[in-house]
Amino acid sequence: MLNIVVCVKAVPDPKEACNIKIDPDTKTLMRCEVPFVVNPLDKNAMEAALQLKEQGDAHISVLSMGPPEAGNIVKECLALGADQGFLLSDPAFGGADAYATAYTLAKGIEKIGSFDVVFCGMASSDGSTEWVGPEMATFLNIPVVTMVKEIVESEGEFWQVKASLENGYRLMRVQLPAVFTVTRDLNTPRTLSFSGIIKARKKEISEWGIHELGVPAELLGVKGSPTVVSNLSTTESKREVEMISGTREEKAEQLVQKLAEAGVI
Amino acid sequence: MDKTQAPVWVIADQIDCRILSVSFQLIGRARKLADELETSVEAVLLGDNVREQTQQLVAAGADTVYLANSPELYFYQPELYTEIIVKLAQKQQPQIMMLGSTSMGRELAPLVAARLKTGLTAHCIDLVLDKDRILEQKIPAYGGLLSIICPEKRPQMATIASGVFPKPEMDAERTGEVVELEVPIDVPRRIETLEVVREEPKGVPLESAPIIVAGGAGAGDPDGWQQIADLANTLNAALGCTRPAVDEGWADLETMIGQSGKMVSPECYIGVGLSGELQHMVGIVGSQIMIAINNDAKSPVFEKVDFGIVDDGREFVPVLIEKIKKYQEKKVTC
Repeated sequence: MLNIVVCVKAVPDPKEACNIKIDPDTKTLMRCEVPFVVNPLDKNAMEAALQLKEQGDAHISVLSMGPPEAGNIVKECLALGADQGFLLSDPAFGGADAYATAYTLAKGIEKIGSFDVVFCGMASSDGSTEWVGPEMATFLNIPVVTMVKEIVESEGEFWQVKASLENGYRLMRVQLPAVFTVTRDLNTPRTLSFSGIIKARKKEISEWGIHELGVPAELLGVKGSPTVVSNLSTTESKREVEMISGTREEKAEQLVQKLAEAGVI
Repeated sequence: MDKTQAPVWVIADQIDCRILSVSFQLIGRARKLADELETSVEAVLLGDNVREQTQQLVAAGADTVYLANSPELYFYQPELYTEIIVKLAQKQQPQIMMLGSTSMGRELAPLVAARLKTGLTAHCIDLVLDKDRILEQKIPAYGGLLSIICPEKRPQMATIASGVFPKPEMDAERTGEVVELEVPIDVPRRIETLEVVREEPKGVPLESAPIIVAGGAGAGDPDGWQQIADLANTLNAALGCTRPAVDEGWADLETMIGQSGKMVSPECYIGVGLSGELQHMVGIVGSQIMIAINNDAKSPVFEKVDFGIVDDGREFVPVLIEKIKKYQEKKVTC
């Protein structure tokens, strides 16, 4: 049986991201009631796991680190078809950068036990680093392929995958266990079904804190993060806008005039 | 070694034995930082048949080039590349390590950072030294600019996209040292690059286009997106986009402009149905004329452009295309 772990992150809904601002005093995000959703690329990771389960014998564990509210996105993944859920939640985990996050998730995966494949999205929509997957693989001492866009061969101990690169792809042969970070080209994530939601009610979510992981506090959260935000500046625009007004026709004509004056048409 | 004398590193990136321009741009910046820190710039170049390229890195500003040259290194091989860089970094103790935000750099940087147990920032748009000579790594986020530092761990690591820093003057007379590295033999081979396939890019390339038309979430649907693509066509412009357009599946990741995408400086930029998120706007600050079309008069995009039009892009763009076509016909007949 193939043991799959899918790492998912609860992120503020990207569709409402323009409502999120940084608090200039605390330098933290003011989420302003923006709801948490599954990070969009993690849905592709989840879909990859579900398709493998449909093709053969597989067990899917879904793992997230975040505040207790992140339990909802773990529940959503159980409703999509994951078998078991794990939430790493503890005030000691808070304020982690990519390094400390990857370390904590790696400890969670070790505690889950046997695994062959770890899937996660290639980046999160809020933090925008792409480091958690590869750093997690390093802490687990297993190989990683980032930006996977196609799984070519998934039988046996050696897989072949295609990973995106500038104007093309690279074909990688990789020995399991391994981490794969996925792009949206890999698949189209399915949506929730009613029967899935019903089935998920019987599935368990284990919540683990610092004691369950058995990791010293200095390796976690803010203390375990090599990077810190030292300053936040607001950027000022150096351009002064001239609004073009009038009827639609007039606006279009004036714009054409501006383009002509600039010599670009 | 005195910590302040520790070198500034650039991991060079090459495709088919040609060093990428981002690597020279990073050496240019590394040179400035190293001069301020009164230390040296060291480049690391891994590949096959790249020995002749080392002089170019010196000409761009490197004092030392560490070279690993072997057929095994022709493609980026994650385990081998990581091992060579980690071992060398443990020995040479650089204080700063920069990599391009290329497909290789984006995977290699976190592999190296985690092994060296240090911090890493993604897609910085500026690197400066603070009063304590610590590297401030600037990243746009949620309408502001974050300065991130790595106060204790070394090296201070960052990835930077092509176009953020200018290419330095190349001085062919500059001299530097080339140090050849052995390729280690005891590295696990659990992963292997079998093949690299490059495809011809579609459409007008963003990097060299005089005009760029970019679309965002405001396109609404594939039809709305097609109109923006038609506008680009009419102007013989390159078509760019923001992240939501990629998320919606209308546009390829290759055409994304901004911090984690392309950095461009066209003569003219026209943004349609996008809100002016800083992550996008930092990619086009070099543009000479900037125009925005958005149906929300309060959209922050209007604070960042030269000309603004409040209108629904889906209604306005077809009219604009007609007017441009008329102008172009008139121009030809005159």
